[in-house]
Amino acid sequence: MSRRHIISLLMENEAGALSRVAGLFSARAYNIESLTVAPTEDATLSRMTIVTVGSEDIIEQITKQLNKLVDVIKVMDLTEGRHIERELMLVKVKAVGEGREEMKRTADIFRGRIIDVTDATYTIELTGTGSKLDAFLEAIDPAFIIETVRTGASGIGRGERSLKV
Amino acid sequence: MTETWQNDYPHRFTNELIFCQFMEATGAEIVVRCLAEEGVEFVFGYPGGAVLNIYDEIFKQNKFKHVLVRHEQAAVHAADAYARSTGRVGVALVTSGPGVTNAVTGIATAYMDSIPIVVVTGQVPTPAIGLDAFQEVDTVGITRPCVKHNFLVKDVKDLAATMKKAFIIAATGRPGPVVVDVPKDVTAHVTEFEYPATIEMRSYNPVVKGHSGQLKRAVQMLLEARRPMIYTGGGVVLGDASAQLTQLAGLLGFPVTNTLMGLGGHPATDRQNLGMLGMHGTYEANMAMQHCDVLLAVGARFDDRVIGNPAHFAREQRSIIHIDVDPSSISKRVKVDVPIVGDVKNVLTDMLALLKQAKEKPDAAALNAWWTQIELWRSKNCLKYNRNSPIIKPQYVVEKLWEVTKGDAFVTSDVGQHQMWAAQYYKFDKPRRWINSGGLGTMGVGLPYAMGVQLAHPDAQVACITGESSIQMNIQELSTCKQYRIPVKVVTLNNRYMGMVRQWQEFFYGSRYAESYMESLPDFVKLAEAYGHVGMRIDKPEDVEAALKEAFSPALKERMVFMDFQTDQTENVFPMVEGGKGLSEMILAEEL
Repeated sequence: MSRRHIISLLMENEAGALSRVAGLFSARAYNIESLTVAPTEDATLSRMTIVTVGSEDIIEQITKQLNKLVDVIKVMDLTEGRHIERELMLVKVKAVGEGREEMKRTADIFRGRIIDVTDATYTIELTGTGSKLDAFLEAIDPAFIIETVRTGASGIGRGERSLKV
Repeated sequence: MTETWQNDYPHRFTNELIFCQFMEATGAEIVVRCLAEEGVEFVFGYPGGAVLNIYDEIFKQNKFKHVLVRHEQAAVHAADAYARSTGRVGVALVTSGPGVTNAVTGIATAYMDSIPIVVVTGQVPTPAIGLDAFQEVDTVGITRPCVKHNFLVKDVKDLAATMKKAFIIAATGRPGPVVVDVPKDVTAHVTEFEYPATIEMRSYNPVVKGHSGQLKRAVQMLLEARRPMIYTGGGVVLGDASAQLTQLAGLLGFPVTNTLMGLGGHPATDRQNLGMLGMHGTYEANMAMQHCDVLLAVGARFDDRVIGNPAHFAREQRSIIHIDVDPSSISKRVKVDVPIVGDVKNVLTDMLALLKQAKEKPDAAALNAWWTQIELWRSKNCLKYNRNSPIIKPQYVVEKLWEVTKGDAFVTSDVGQHQMWAAQYYKFDKPRRWINSGGLGTMGVGLPYAMGVQLAHPDAQVACITGESSIQMNIQELSTCKQYRIPVKVVTLNNRYMGMVRQWQEFFYGSRYAESYMESLPDFVKLAEAYGHVGMRIDKPEDVEAALKEAFSPALKERMVFMDFQTDQTENVFPMVEGGKGLSEMILAEEL
């Protein structure tokens, strides 16, 4: 049975590191829903969060193949245990007339922040799980959406569960 | 061989470079000195603009020999065969752009069979990278999917450490090719040189020892087996574990089968050896594989040519123990019950120790019954062929080669029918004697493989079993054989067809032989002679043995001999498991 998994990994922050991971997924025909990457507090390390969908067998292979990459230091399937997942979305919406106030209220309900304002638009910043961001987009009139940008999920284990060198 | 070579090329080794530590060196000097520090004997290569600085340093040294091939693909194949036959890291050196793209087939071939090689590639100068410079390709990008790892060295200060890492990564864990891409300006830049004795990499720590709990479970399972089977692959050869494997199999009295890559890992002439398994495996090996109750898989990966249809394979109940150094090989195509990750030699050694301590023994009655069944399968004599044919049978040539070389030659092959016949009829009793492209199935490897093997083993008998189609894919290397006096013996099974393609067309495409007939073949005897070698054409079965004896006679020991055997055009490789079919659904020769 296919299930969504969030895989976190630490790898050497070297040129081409991202393409090794992306290349692995395309070469072996694994799904990739989102992939985020940035250096950690230790600039020699990159942390990557990959959201993928697959059966247990496929996920086992993905984890093993990632571990096999020479630059990869540690791999963890966050969805195997308690974890927190967050994604950032910026949404630029039309904000005119009555809709302007309504948009503000909806953003408040979702704990969004308006971070840029013009006479006719708001840009709203929202953080949450992917499904919360989806819910916000469903809650507003699609005709008002000018553009959206999402970071893809970042994840971290709860409590003592951590991924470090 | 070496002496005459030096006399022929006196300019090569006269300018001795004196190595001393902690001196400043250019990038090019560093590359050359790192190779010397690694104890490299041969660098197979082809010069070009981006590597001229490196070649200039090669000219000035005498620590290793450079072998000039006629095409970069052959350089990588030769380095690969050097590695396969010695267990040491093979080295190739090519220039940027087309040098690299030509080398890619060789790199991918080594990758598929997990062969440790380091390929140093020239690159355009760093300021020109990305500007579509002359002879520029994205080497790390192009090679990424077919290397264990690769590096682009942008700073000469990183060069020595990168070379060290390349050799460590290539040789340890599951071995594989490593590419080091060196821009031309980096080869000119100067830095302090010190070659590190070793380097720790926090991201790279292959597992060495097997898990002790898993080992105990595995041993228990083996002792309780009633219809056991040992299935071994290239990992046993690469891991130098043949002695341990043979001892284990002997101690338990279990049957053994080898994959194409694993031939020689367990002696083929041993009674316990059932021969190769898989698409063209023996009847007894495939049947025993399908019907065993406990399967010990050692350094093998259950690939599609080995077990056929995985669903069919899974129909029979069996417990599987799988030893492999690469965790990702385990439970990839077939679910296993006891995975053991570790170096095959260590794991087998630990297993042997546990077995010797164990009070229980395998159930002798059950094992006897199992062997009775196996002997029944074996009595089908699935490798029989018509020995009274007036036309030369390819199998006969391979059998005679085995006899004439007393089973002790290094045999390389190309890809196709001849490769399967070589695997079936040359009985390899020692590891690292059978050199072929198992995973990628690269036509054209045979001759460059033979060169790499012969240079590594100058006194050994080296035969290249090939076909008239494969040999033409790297025929230019006859010239390299001449230059370095590499006395390999080419055994061409010439049936004027791409035989394996023809066989599939006969079976599955209504005998429509689309583009598989080899028109306009050269006169191979004249061709061999044109390159300065000995050519022979053999038309009749009664001349086969004499020709082989002559080729391997002391009189021709120093000569490269090209034997063109005119073989039966209609001969097919049996047994055969069709694609998508199960292992026990073989087509045997007599059934057609």
